[in-house]
Amino acid sequence: MSDIKVDAVLDITNEVCPMTFVKTKLKLETLETGQHLEVILNDGEPLRNVPRSLKEEGHRIVGTKKDGTKFHLIVEKGM
Amino acid sequence: MKFTEEQIMRYSRHIILKEIGGKGQDKICKAKVFIMGAGGLGSPAALYLAAAGVGTIGIADDDVVDLSNLQRQVLHATSDVGKAKVFSAEDTLSAINPNVRLIAYKERVTSENVREIIRDYDIVLDGSDNFPTRYLINDACFFAKKTLISGSILRFDGQATVFKPHAGGPCYRCLYPEIPPAGFVPSCSEAGILGPVAGTIGVLQATEALKEVLGIGDQLIGRLSVFDALNSTFREVKIRKDPDCELCGDKASITHLVDYAQAPCAIRI
Repeated sequence: MSDIKVDAVLDITNEVCPMTFVKTKLKLETLETGQHLEVILNDGEPLRNVPRSLKEEGHRIVGTKKDGTKFHLIVEKGM
Repeated sequence: MKFTEEQIMRYSRHIILKEIGGKGQDKICKAKVFIMGAGGLGSPAALYLAAAGVGTIGIADDDVVDLSNLQRQVLHATSDVGKAKVFSAEDTLSAINPNVRLIAYKERVTSENVREIIRDYDIVLDGSDNFPTRYLINDACFFAKKTLISGSILRFDGQATVFKPHAGGPCYRCLYPEIPPAGFVPSCSEAGILGPVAGTIGVLQATEALKEVLGIGDQLIGRLSVFDALNSTFREVKIRKDPDCELCGDKASITHLVDYAQAPCAIRI
């Protein structure tokens, strides 16, 4: 995932459901289709649910990297 | 518009919805809705629109809160009896959502002031309780090209529809061409109403107002939704634009606003 240019970064490790998704969604709204957002999130519930909700809204998960107890998700904004 | 943390939290359940998101909530926060009447229909409609974050809500009512209102006019509390309805409404709504700008019109809406009042709003929600006001609001909305969200209730029944003649739909006069003669309007003593029926229809109106703001879904244009509480059914009646409508038809004869007289003991719900 290192070859993907990231256009914005968002840390939602201090958020709980559903604010994790709400914050991610609002951040994605500031980007253009095809741009990439790096989301830093916790393992467990956020890692299970945030990617799923993003896919349901037409975005793509193009990379995931484990970083200790956290994960870095690269999301490509859909239409 | 940049949301504050408080707003993100407050509106999160809207923002989550694919059809709304931050952009849709921003439209809601910038919307201006005028509500005619702080009574049975205006109360639930205003509560939900304020909670939704509608940027500006105007409410007109020249009445004061009466004890007999409280069974269905949920904006008002027992301690508000005797107070102007618009000020009671303002207190309740600002307590629910301080982000909303509220404009209270403690006056009778007439052919003299209606144009001036509705001019600054995008949408008009009619929660009035009498025919003269309904016709006045309908005609004023037609002339000003404002979307009108109409609702009415009596006993166990209610109905709601959206009038948008400027987008090709019918107007109130296409449905009811003439104001009914005094003898055909139920009198005060016949005008019972099951409280939650007001809530059902008022909330339906609020829903249609938000759909109009957001530009989503299939609006109740050309369709009258008729609620029957005793049978727990909603049915739909098609309303066609009347080519002979005196207001919005091809040979319309109504060219200015009219103040009709209200019979002394006609229904006021």
